Amino acid sequence: MTKLIIILLSAVFINNYVLSRFLGICPFLGVSKKLDSATGMSLAVIFVMMLSTAVTYPIQFYLLEPNNLGFLQTIVFILVIAALVQLVEIILKRYIPSLHKSLGVYLPLITTNCAVLGVTILNVQEYPVAGATTFWWGFAQSMVNSLGSGLGFFLAMVMFSGVRSVIEGSDVPKSFKGLPVTLVAAAITSLSFLGFGGVIENLFA
Amino acid sequence: MTEILTAVIPVVIIGVICAAVLVIASKIMAVKEDERFPKVRECLPGANCGACGYAGCDGYAKALCEDGSVPTNLCIPGADGVAKQLSEVLGVEFEDVVEQVAVVHCSGDCDHTQDKVVYQGIETCAAAKLLYGGKGSCTYGCLGLGDCQRACPHDAVCIENGIARINTRQCIGCGVCTKACPNHLISLVADVERVVVACANKDKGVETRKVCSRGCIGCKKCERACPFKAITVQNNVAVIDYEKCNDCPDFGICARVCTTGCIVQTDLNGMHRFK
Repeated sequence: MTKLIIILLSAVFINNYVLSRFLGICPFLGVSKKLDSATGMSLAVIFVMMLSTAVTYPIQFYLLEPNNLGFLQTIVFILVIAALVQLVEIILKRYIPSLHKSLGVYLPLITTNCAVLGVTILNVQEYPVAGATTFWWGFAQSMVNSLGSGLGFFLAMVMFSGVRSVIEGSDVPKSFKGLPVTLVAAAITSLSFLGFGGVIENLFA
Repeated sequence: MTEILTAVIPVVIIGVICAAVLVIASKIMAVKEDERFPKVRECLPGANCGACGYAGCDGYAKALCEDGSVPTNLCIPGADGVAKQLSEVLGVEFEDVVEQVAVVHCSGDCDHTQDKVVYQGIETCAAAKLLYGGKGSCTYGCLGLGDCQRACPHDAVCIENGIARINTRQCIGCGVCTKACPNHLISLVADVERVVVACANKDKGVETRKVCSRGCIGCKKCERACPFKAITVQNNVAVIDYEKCNDCPDFGICARVCTTGCIVQTDLNGMHRFK
């Protein structure tokens, strides 16, 4: 149980996908302008991350590895994730049109989002069904990790939308307006997350 | 061969399963698109200039379809023709478009004003403006480096004798140039108007006179001459209130009394009149 909590917390804070691993920067910069669309996008990412882990983990260990098809990992994962995101988009369009509208082009972008693909690939690498662990234990670890990664994305998005609203109100030199100042702010935000290194393990030591 | 097949077949099977799920889902959860949208979009000119206040023609078409209260006469480049089509497609009453053209509020060309420095920097107004307010002696006037010319989507602006001139026959009234000018010298005026103040110098008359012989010195002659009180001198520069300026019995009196000639009578009839 402690292991799961450690996995969750380190996925949120230490190995934050956006701010420490630098994956999923596109939606991080694109949708973080407004708090409500940032929240919507993050919820969609959490959902897609967990869903795609739940699907790709069994595919890896029941379909690809037993048949020595490990080299198909990337293409199969992308295929499955793309289909899942399309499905999520159809469902959102039908039932939550306002969220669908505010996510705009970024929902299809989750399709090829490196954060989502990164989570699924790192999950099968770090929590494999090897001799020591059972399938369900590895699966539980993976799910917790993808939940944590999604929450970390959520945290980064919400924090950064706050940062951006401050930037919006401040007097920025013309040459820094728009993306440049946003990137500088993102770098500083990411620097602040490095401070979490080593904290989580020592909490439970 | 078998290696290729064992790789291809699982991927194909997964792909087919995903495709099937997606097809079924999109059939079950299909959303009815507004069938008027493509028609409405078809009517708009597609310049994506943003003069209507929406993000491009798609945005305006969407707003028109979704919200019945959005007026159909917002597309200035499209003018009456587009407004008529839109009102037909949407089944609402036709509203006349107030066609607009851009007007440059500066007449300080090379004959009437001088350069105070030799500018050798980047050839844009925005850059020149950063150095002591531009090379010309008047810091309010046209910088003459053509930011507006480059911004214009319809080749209606040219730099002539050191200042920007608008070819009103070409101007579609989108207002892109008004945002490009670092001195905010260009504004949109309804194309029925016939007098404009071609100066924006807010200094006192003496200062203005020193830098430009065509500048508004704030003498208030026009203010007294105007029978409708449509002209007022604000911040040492004459401003015309076009709501009051109409059907003048003594038309052009303001332009005639102007001592420096900064109020000019022009023909703003734009391209829309000649369609």
